[in-house]
Amino acid sequence: MATATPTVPSAGPATAWRSFLSRLRNGDEIARLITFIFAATVVLITVLLVYELWINSALPRHKFGLHFFVTRVWDPVTDEYGALPFVYGTLVTSAVALLLAVPLGIGTSIFLAELAPPRVSDTLQFFIDLLAAVPSVIYGLLGIFIVVPLIRTVIYPALNGAFGFLPIFKGPSYGVGFITAGIVLAIMVIPYIISVSREVLLSVPRDQREAALAVGSTRWESTWKVVVPFAKTGIMGSIFLALARALGETMAVTMVIGNTPTISASLFSPGDSIASVIASQFTEATGDMYLQSLIGLGLVLFLLTFVLNGLARLLIIVTTQKGSKVAN
Amino acid sequence: MKRTSVMLIAVLALGLGVWAQGLLINGAGASFPYPIYSKWFDVYHQKNPNIQFNYQSVGSGAGIKQVTEGTVDFGASDGPMNDEQMKAFQDKRGSAILHFPTVLGAVVPTYNVQGVTGSLNFTPEALAGIYLGKITKWNDPAIAGPNKGVNLPNQDIVVMHRSDGSGTTYIWTDYLSKVSDEWKSKVSKSTAVNWPVGLGGKGNEGVTGLVKQTPNSIGYVELIYAAQNKIPYGSVKNSSGAFIKADLASVTAAAAGAAKDMPDDFRVSITNAPGKTAYPISSFTWLLIPSKIPDVAKRNAITGFLKWMLTEGQSYNEALSYAKLPKEVEEKELKAISKIQ
Repeated sequence: MATATPTVPSAGPATAWRSFLSRLRNGDEIARLITFIFAATVVLITVLLVYELWINSALPRHKFGLHFFVTRVWDPVTDEYGALPFVYGTLVTSAVALLLAVPLGIGTSIFLAELAPPRVSDTLQFFIDLLAAVPSVIYGLLGIFIVVPLIRTVIYPALNGAFGFLPIFKGPSYGVGFITAGIVLAIMVIPYIISVSREVLLSVPRDQREAALAVGSTRWESTWKVVVPFAKTGIMGSIFLALARALGETMAVTMVIGNTPTISASLFSPGDSIASVIASQFTEATGDMYLQSLIGLGLVLFLLTFVLNGLARLLIIVTTQKGSKVAN
Repeated sequence: MKRTSVMLIAVLALGLGVWAQGLLINGAGASFPYPIYSKWFDVYHQKNPNIQFNYQSVGSGAGIKQVTEGTVDFGASDGPMNDEQMKAFQDKRGSAILHFPTVLGAVVPTYNVQGVTGSLNFTPEALAGIYLGKITKWNDPAIAGPNKGVNLPNQDIVVMHRSDGSGTTYIWTDYLSKVSDEWKSKVSKSTAVNWPVGLGGKGNEGVTGLVKQTPNSIGYVELIYAAQNKIPYGSVKNSSGAFIKADLASVTAAAAGAAKDMPDDFRVSITNAPGKTAYPISSFTWLLIPSKIPDVAKRNAITGFLKWMLTEGQSYNEALSYAKLPKEVEEKELKAISKIQ
């Protein structure tokens, strides 16, 4: 147990015990123990989650092996399952969401933190926090009733007409599809990016701004060249929070993505995502192979989140090192 | 164990200010018959205050799984258990599982075609062709043929299906497998299949929403859902060559047509059933009851309920838009109750 570890390695067991007792009397040790247990449960839950996903997806793992990742077929009748279309759909919708949400979200947070009068900023922040609290099914309904018809009648004709030669805008549109899911996801994750980025920007020390202004920067130069780079790690954090939300979003996506396991370069094509197919098919999944393949998809989503988070960390490390080199 | 559960119920009932004493029987499964099951269980409880049924509509697949594992006293499913599942039950529990048809359901084609307001007629070939992706235009002769006088547009057909696993899909694909060899070999039947074409919507409401919003689309929904929400739907040509619009009478007629060849275990598909007035995309839904129930009180409660459900209980069906079982099937089932030991 961690509690038995003496704090001073050179001291004898008796001394360690006495100091432990005195800390216990002060309550420090109790607080440490309790918070340690709380922290440990987080790790325990993660480990248990992976363990459960792992042992409950044994059948497809043994039958398909790594082919599970590259198979395009999802056929409950012949018991053939592959994750590729779902992985593709998850990545594409999340990418579209971030592509739309990051510039909008960061732009808004810069305005709120740096340029807007505090009263306007606080009022707007209140509405943004409200948006973050809206249940995802509501965004799904918004998607069905507003985004889907908008895509079919306005966005698709415009994009297909002007850029129809590009593979990503080719083909017919039914209103639902990758781009629709991406737009709905973007609307859902923007509040996260704004809230976190604004807090980070606001916490940049005043000195930094004043120093920049003192050497003759304009307001925008001080914001863009000093404040934003200073807050970069935090802003990245907000983007990865948004990415995590987009990857795992279920209800809103399943309502607007078209639920067809296809891989198509066209953003207007219907598709499917991992979270969406699990939610759709889990309850009526008959047969062990079917059920375990769905659980296997859950494991794939977990891995995907894990890998993307790892890459994100790496990106932060690399860019901050480069940044400090430039500063030197 | 039983005593604690009895005590628990008693405590709960006291808390609610109602005195209840007796037996709790747990079931789980199909969501399609949930409204009629909860009505039946409620009425039966009023008549027999010491027996209470608790039913969770978790889906057919989960119902089969839970009754096999013995976590519930009975299951319910929109599709009969296959031989593999029957064997799994036998292996695990050391006795057989029995199927009891309870009510009938049907699946109807719904559509949204520009310029068409009336009801459309569909042949089996047209439906299979559309869902295989071979018939792609609304003015294809296979659709236009039986719809003389309807101005069908020269537009692409947008096909909609269920994205979630469901009994509705099972009935629909079971029907298409019967009327099209190509469908049978390429796609086959299940609660979820590998669709050759189309977009998926979650639940009857999801498919309806997609069809309503997308011009020139076709989908399929549960008859009760279509009737209660006043969704227009088409007629389908049955095995006698007549175009039949689904309603309670034509669904019961389909069951009656199949009743003569009813196997003893009741695992029968009644899609494309014989009979001049039979609606071809109909199906039973089943209660799944273990043939060995060692607890005498529970066994008596379940057999008692089955007897009541097959006689008096059936009169509650039509108010909730479920088709009644035909007399022949009821009688055969009443005899089969004695198999529960």
